[in-house]
Amino acid sequence: MQSWYFSEQSYAPAWDDPQRPKVTPPGDLVDPEIAHRLLREYIAECKLADELGMNIMTNEHHATVTCMSVSALMTLAVLATHTRRARLLALGVPIMNRMDPYRVAEEAAYVDVLSRGRLELGLIKGSTFELYMSNANPVTANARYWEAHDLIVTALSKRDGPISYESDNYNYRYLNVIPPSYQRPTPPIWMTTLAPQTAREAAQRGYVIAITAVARAARACFPAYREEYQRVHGRPAPLDRLCYLGQVVVARDEKTAHERARKLLRFNEVSERIDPRFINPPGMMPPAENARLLKSGTTTTHRNRTLPDGTPMSDPPTPREQIINHVLFAGTPDQVYGQIKTFYDSVGGFGNLLVQLGGPMTHDEICDSLRLYANDVMPRLQALTRAQEPVAA
Amino acid sequence: MQAQPGASRLIEVAGTQVDLWEGGSGRPVLLLHPGDGFDAGAAYVAELAARHRVIAPSCPGFGRSGNPPAYMRSVDDLSYFYLDLLDALDLRGLVVIGFSFGGWLAAEIAVKSTARMAALCLVDTVGAKFSDPMTRDITDLFSVPLYQHPQWLYHDETLRHPAYKDLPDEAAAILARNHQTFGLFGWAPTLHSRHLHHRLHRIGIPTHIVWGAQDRVVAVDYGRTWQQSIAGAGMTVIDNAGHYPHVEQPGAFIAALERFVGTVAAR
Repeated sequence: MQSWYFSEQSYAPAWDDPQRPKVTPPGDLVDPEIAHRLLREYIAECKLADELGMNIMTNEHHATVTCMSVSALMTLAVLATHTRRARLLALGVPIMNRMDPYRVAEEAAYVDVLSRGRLELGLIKGSTFELYMSNANPVTANARYWEAHDLIVTALSKRDGPISYESDNYNYRYLNVIPPSYQRPTPPIWMTTLAPQTAREAAQRGYVIAITAVARAARACFPAYREEYQRVHGRPAPLDRLCYLGQVVVARDEKTAHERARKLLRFNEVSERIDPRFINPPGMMPPAENARLLKSGTTTTHRNRTLPDGTPMSDPPTPREQIINHVLFAGTPDQVYGQIKTFYDSVGGFGNLLVQLGGPMTHDEICDSLRLYANDVMPRLQALTRAQEPVAA
Repeated sequence: MQAQPGASRLIEVAGTQVDLWEGGSGRPVLLLHPGDGFDAGAAYVAELAARHRVIAPSCPGFGRSGNPPAYMRSVDDLSYFYLDLLDALDLRGLVVIGFSFGGWLAAEIAVKSTARMAALCLVDTVGAKFSDPMTRDITDLFSVPLYQHPQWLYHDETLRHPAYKDLPDEAAAILARNHQTFGLFGWAPTLHSRHLHHRLHRIGIPTHIVWGAQDRVVAVDYGRTWQQSIAGAGMTVIDNAGHYPHVEQPGAFIAALERFVGTVAAR
């Protein structure tokens, strides 16, 4: 199993402010000096992950103090020169919201060349609240996503000169990526999803799918992916095509691990503080679902608020509850391995684990947790996947 | 039992099914609905149908009309579709009344051709951008959940909190689909066409602007700029009304409209 360190690069000092954390917070909630220190710490954590034999994942969000990374690829460009071996995963570039696929292809190729072929490129839809920043039309977002995807793949693959492209969404007189990507025809491509249909579409293309901390989505999407992969490619899907993101907190004793986890879980709590205005732009959900919401006079998020048996979770959920829900893996190295293996077995295995840390956890706590994970958990997970799939890539 | 003032039927225009409501007789009056669609049960509709032949198509994607074809993404696109619709119905001497989003559509049609129109009435219309880039002329209704829209649309407190939970499922589904199509046409730029204000001078038929004095979506001053942009246009401001004066003050609305139509008929 490959392990990928991931931090949202949060600005946690602003989380206690009553201001809404997404779309509308004033920029002066952020002290540039503190932000500078935090960003340097996040870079240092990625360097440590590289030294420990882990890979690295970055993401991006906009107009929110839960994530200061405004470009997954820009962060990776920094990391390309600060790391030696780690694969560098952008998960991802939100091409439903990014209005210029050509620029995405150029930046991806730049990172791939700079890192000598270590880029893994996640082409994702993006968060709906960010449609309010990009101004991309939500009603046509899905079609635009696939068009941008096709355009980026074509731009990265084509090496014999420019193409022109003219459509309702995108117009390029000369589309020509120089330098082209180091890996041919493109860096490995990833997608995120919570829906089996998207998992099937990724399987058709042989892409990696990542499920972000929703166990029931993994249980629905992994089988759909395996079935479609077998149907299209005529062989079983390798484990390395499947990925799960969890919050993974390790300490020498359980009490310390749960104290750290309680800090990390604040990220989830603050992430959900989206003003109802920005959760459900028109066209993101089918009219029948929006009719139901209209009658209930509410809006929705995808976050689960119950345990698997339907019991409501505490508010905010405790570390133990989130361990039961497989959102969080926390404890001593033995406990964390046991929790991950239990989940791994329940979904038929996966070859990639995204290890999320951050939030108000201190830099020292994150580094300690990473060392314990890399030294005492990761080798056993590697053995686990080797045993299940001796010839896995 | 009160007789229905009109009835709906489906017609086909340029390959798309259009839900067309029609009632009354006399001078043809074309109603272009706002962003939440056409409400045949509104009091002003019955009042109009008692006086005129009222024709109220639902735009593609609204009401029971078919979905907009893939190429149709702007009110500019929609306006050409409506020119086809007016040809298909062979309507002449029309009084066109556009409400909010429907006013935007009416203006987009009128700057292209008024050949089938006798007069134009714009009610709390959106669609033009007059101010500088840092000043928003039109409230962003897409930054408001659909169930909260009445709080922005109405002045009367009793209309601002409708019991959506009691709405039949089919009616709720239509409202939700209307909102999706409203987003398709109005998302960006927010409820306006960038250059429509440069073209309004082309409207050469008698025009009247009607506005709710307490409109929270587009202020009365915005309405006055519309009036000043169309040569000879008049304006009536209706008190105790928000964005939908035809709903909140149907009597005052009909009176203003009839005065205007009377001046047109006298010409």
